[in-house]
Formats: sequence, structure tokens, C-alpha cells
Amino acid sequence: MKLYHFAGSASAFRVRIALNFKNISYEGISIDITKGEQFAPEYLKVNPVGVVPSLSHEGRVLTESLAIIEYLDEIRPNPPLLPTDPADRARVRAIALSMACGIQPLHPGRIVNYLTKEIGAPGDKAQAWCTHWIDLGMRAVETLISADGKAGKFCHGDEVSLADTVLVPQIYVGVNRFKMDFSKSCPTAWRIYQNCMALPAFERAAPHVVAKAA
Amino acid sequence: MMKLYDFVGSSSSFRVRIGLHWKDIGFESIPVDLIAGEQFAPEYRRVNPTSLVPSLIDGAVVVGESLAILEYLEAVRPPPSLLPPDAAGRARVRSLALAMASGIQPLHTERTELRLAEVLGAFDERVLAWCRHWIGVGMDALERRLCDEAETGDFCHGATPTVADAVLVPQVYAAARRFGLDVRKGRPRIAVIFGRCMELSAFRRAAPPGPSPEEWGRT
Repeated sequence: MKLYHFAGSASAFRVRIALNFKNISYEGISIDITKGEQFAPEYLKVNPVGVVPSLSHEGRVLTESLAIIEYLDEIRPNPPLLPTDPADRARVRAIALSMACGIQPLHPGRIVNYLTKEIGAPGDKAQAWCTHWIDLGMRAVETLISADGKAGKFCHGDEVSLADTVLVPQIYVGVNRFKMDFSKSCPTAWRIYQNCMALPAFERAAPHVVAKAA
Repeated sequence: MMKLYDFVGSSSSFRVRIGLHWKDIGFESIPVDLIAGEQFAPEYRRVNPTSLVPSLIDGAVVVGESLAILEYLEAVRPPPSLLPPDAAGRARVRSLALAMASGIQPLHTERTELRLAEVLGAFDERVLAWCRHWIGVGMDALERRLCDEAETGDFCHGATPTVADAVLVPQVYAAARRFGLDVRKGRPRIAVIFGRCMELSAFRRAAPPGPSPEEWGRT
């Protein structure tokens, strides 16, 4: 498998966690989205719409991090990233989607650039725009994972799941890019983040580790 | 009987209604008026503490997030299916759905518009321009994929509707109804697939009231 990815991207971070967790070896190819490499002709040959990350496997190129992780879970079921019961699977997916659709889409660089450079929002509002969505969204996640008593060591009981592969990159970005503190506002999510980052599969997937290795 | 807490004008509720009708699952619809803020009322918070709409209630099971609800329906109810049988096909359908559900729709929800207006100091044409911009960029990329990829058929993937179509149709509706943008124009593949979906009663029954797609742009 080949993973076209960028060290600092939250969605690439999700896929790297899943690959590591399942012990799937892969060739990583760096696409520096801060330099616009996703629109370079070489990459557009792989992925004509220029989205990162993408996973190349058996002649197919897969995109969208959650779709890639579901695919990995189907072709390499062990260790699993989704529980077996449909209601539990729905809970895990809902947690993952609440961040992947409710938070992360609002704060990538291209969104913030458009906000300040094209729409004319004051530049000093950019940081507040991002932290607003992360704070609001993570408080909802905190409720989602803690209100039903089903969180354990991880988002769904004591097993790592798809939900954790999304939660960790989201908190990581909040802490490292936006200097946010989740220990008071989202104590359960923060505790799960620390439990996850103590595992090699998560730690080795982290942007600072990947960037250093490159 | 399943219960769906939904809002008639919400794209994510529309996605779930398509799935329920396509699978011919009888359900009781309980409206939650997002404009009136009913999602924050204590009665709804007891159902779904995050206040997110829609929520599906199936006995003791409460499911939120439209794509998670569609996957749940796929698991607990027999065909017709909304996902292809092969892993690669499912990955493609999910990626098309997510390209809209995470790449477009979050950028033009009402709460995003309101926040943007706050940042700009006014709810003016720049808010509309923002929404139209992201819809255009996202739908261009989608059109490109639907044209390039061999798996596209009568519908987004093959000869029957999938989760991708259940996300596409509400996206086309939202662009037209809320932002006066007919995304079928200049995107022939999307236009054809949208038209085929709307020939199916499951999609028509799930659609919000108001001008039909034939009438868009005439007023």
C-alpha cells in the first residue's frame, strides 16, 4: 500500500493511526499541502481532484480518511477498529463523524485563507474562528462520549476504535496548532487522548514524529 | 416503529428520510424546529444530549449523525441495500458521501453562516458568496470524479442508489433552495444522476416542500 499524505494533516494522522494499529506496512509519500504539492501534475495523475490523504491499493486510489479506515477494517479485520454490534458501531461512527463533519472541515488552512484573503475577515479573527469551532465541537463530543457511560479507557469502552483515530488528531491540532487546553472543558476526551498517545500506534503517527522521520 | 427526530429543511434529515423510504421502513417523524431552537429544549436533550438533529430511535437504541444512521439501517434492515457488496465499492461510495458531508455541507450550515456574519460584523452578501464558493468548489470536484471514475453508472455508483446519492440529492436541494445556486448547470453528470434519483418515489417523498427541481430558477 502507498499512502500519499502530509505529516501535519489531521486526516492523514487518522489514517496513519489505523495503519499502525493494524500493523499494516505501507510506503508513505509526502505531499506538502502548504506548498501546493497536491496540485502538482505528478500527484494529479494519482488523484485528479488533488485531495490528501489518498491510499493506493490493488490499483485503486481511495480518498476520504474515514472511508479509507472503514476499508482497512474490512480487508484487515484484526485488530478491529469497529465493534460488532450495529448499535455500538453506530455510536463509534457518530463520534467520529461529529468531529470529521462537525469540526475539522471548518479549520483547514485553505478555509482560513479564504476567510481572511477573499471574504475580507480581519486577520486577527482567524485564530478565534478556528478555536470557536474546535471548542464548540469538542464540548459536544465530550457530552456524546460521557453522557451514556460507555466511554472507558477509550471512546468506546476499553478497546481502541475508529472514534479514537479521529479524536486524537482533533485534540492534537487543538493543542499544538491553536494552543488550546481541553483538560477542564473536555476531561473525558482529554483523558482518552492521553491514553491513546501512550500507545505506539498513535504516537508514531503523530505529525511531529512523522515530520522528524521524513 | 422507528422514530426519527428531524427537521424538514435540514439536509442531514433529508439524507436519512431517503434511506428510510428507500428501504421502505415505516417510521414516525417527530419534528424538531431548528429555526425556533427546539433542539436545545430539555425534551429533546433527554433524547439526544448533544442537541444534534436528526436522531433515530430504534427501541432502546439512539443513533445520531446522518451517515451513521444510514449505516445502521443498512446493518439492521434487509435489502434494498444502500451500499455495494464489495469493500472497494463501499469505500468509493463512502468517499463520495464524505466529500459532500464533510467537504461541503459543514461550510454552509446555518450556524456557520451566523458565525461568519459575526466575524464579518454584518450578515451581508459576503456570507452568501462564501457558501456559494464552497458549494461550487466541492461540486466541481464531485462532477470530475463522477465523470472520470468507471464505477459511476445510472447513479453515483452503479445501477442502483447508494448512500452517495442520499447525500447528493439533499446537497443539490440545499444549494438551490438556500443559496439560489442550481448546481446542475455546467455539471451534466450530477444533473443526470439527480434527475434519475428524483424519478424514484423514495427520494421524492423525502424531499422538503416548496418549489420542485423543475421550477428552480424560474422565479
